[in-house]
Amino acid sequence: MITKGDITSLAMDPAHTNSAPIITIRGVTKSFGTHQVLRGFNLDLYPNENVVIVGKSGSGKSVLIKCLVRLVEVDEGEVQVLGKSIPDLQHDELDEIRADVGFLFQGSALYDSMTVKENLQFPLRRHSERMKGQDEEELIHEALKNVGLESAIDLMPAELSGGMKRRIALARTLILQPKVILYDEPTSGLDPITSNEIIQLILNIQRTFHTASLIITHDMDCARVISNRMIILQDGINYAEGTYEELSKSKDPKVKAFFKEVQNR
Amino acid sequence: MATIPKALRDYLDQTGEISLFAMRFFREAFHRPFEFKELLRQCYVIGYNSVFLVITTGFIMGLVLTLQIRPTMIDFGAVSYMPQLVSIAIVREIGPVVTALICAGKIGSSIGAELGSMKVTEQIDAMEVSGTNPFKYLVVTRIWACILMLPLLVIAADAIGLFGSFLVETTKGEVSMRLYFNRVFDSLLFGDLIPATVKTFFFGFAIGLVGCYKGYNSTKGTEGVGHAANSAVVLASLLLFVVDFLAVLVADIFYEI
Ligand SMILES: Nc1ncnc2c1ncn2[C@@H]1O[C@H](COP(=O)(O)OP(=O)(O)OP(=O)(O)O)[C@@H](O)[C@H]1O
Ligand SMILES: [Mg+2]
Repeated sequence: MITKGDITSLAMDPAHTNSAPIITIRGVTKSFGTHQVLRGFNLDLYPNENVVIVGKSGSGKSVLIKCLVRLVEVDEGEVQVLGKSIPDLQHDELDEIRADVGFLFQGSALYDSMTVKENLQFPLRRHSERMKGQDEEELIHEALKNVGLESAIDLMPAELSGGMKRRIALARTLILQPKVILYDEPTSGLDPITSNEIIQLILNIQRTFHTASLIITHDMDCARVISNRMIILQDGINYAEGTYEELSKSKDPKVKAFFKEVQNR
Repeated sequence: MATIPKALRDYLDQTGEISLFAMRFFREAFHRPFEFKELLRQCYVIGYNSVFLVITTGFIMGLVLTLQIRPTMIDFGAVSYMPQLVSIAIVREIGPVVTALICAGKIGSSIGAELGSMKVTEQIDAMEVSGTNPFKYLVVTRIWACILMLPLLVIAADAIGLFGSFLVETTKGEVSMRLYFNRVFDSLLFGDLIPATVKTFFFGFAIGLVGCYKGYNSTKGTEGVGHAANSAVVLASLLLFVVDFLAVLVADIFYEI
């Protein structure tokens, strides 16, 4: 159980100093019309590392991680994922990279018209060759077991609670055994107990599968426990960077203001 | 640009965007992979959801039309021409248009709402990243399903409409079923059937296209979903009349009466 004020991170130490980054973002800019959302963002994500990105609502966090799988096209800058430059990829290559990058959407994004099982089958449709030699039924059971929801296999998304939906979405993300996972507010809209369960799941995933993760969150308790490193996204750039402890002691007025604002909520 | 009124500019913008959307449909509709299973499911859903509504309206349409026209035909002493008149009216115009309007309301709105909510809850994005082209899986299948199912629904409505008309004739004028339908089929020429059927494919295309366009491009929020469903119905209904007019115009050139 995670308690308030308990400052140490529970994330596994990545010891990343000697390996090449899995994700590199350099000077990325993105505008919608006249509204400039990203103005030169930089980031490196190393193997087996959990990096948390925090920022105000509307600061462009979702846009940033969507750039990593080309759901949003960047205007300028460099985006490298697993050694490939995302903006330059052909469609087949992009699909390959996308299968290596798990994406947990902000509202779970389960397919309403399909059962839990069909939801989990969906990513396997186009990527069966990756999973060669493995039985589809087994993969689905395995994925559901990882999130502790084997009993839900024949339910429809409408029959699930918010927390269960999030777990099923996580199972759907895990089924292709990604090397990197992008979490868009994994605990938003959940009560504290369910949030903790999801946080534990994310930590377990890091331990078991040695994935690297980018995690977007509003929840500072979540950020503290889950992160090896944090980045504050403000004014469209990586405004400040460091561990939770470092940032919480920062003298920078904007960082201070950010922590104060979050604590008052 | 500033001199063009905003309403006109929006109208032109939208026309352009729908045309691009339609072109994308034609580009992707004939390339592998094909989503046959989803296409079949959509045909089933679309047919099953609207067949009862279509049959009921078709039946009432036949009854009412016959009841209304009959007295006038008696005045002219032409009541024996009733089967010819009613069958041409139903098969050529009323059946297709009424059925298509009903379907615009039923199918257009449900496609708009379904795709709209998939869009705002990021289900379409989720499909995209899991390696399935959502345009193919969602849009192409739905438009094809509308194109294929609308003619069948129209045929059902025509048949049941003619049957309704026969019921009125047989109770008021004691015409046998055999005589009635002999007259009907004698009067219907290929020149009536072919353009009438061909235009129903276009009606189906218009309904599917507009429903998908509105849903797929709906903006954030639950309000956006409602707007997508609503504007899909309005625009599809409007488009149906335009298509109908063009179809009649073209048919008139080919089959001069
Ligand atoms: N497709 C789009 N078209 C136009 N504007 C967009 C689009 N996507 C995002 N934006 C704009 O970009 C900005 C950043 O959006 P984003 O969703 O990344 O915010 P966020 O940091 O994830 O916020 P939240 O914490 O509320 O999820 C917002 O002002 C939004 O209006
Ligand atoms: Mg967001």
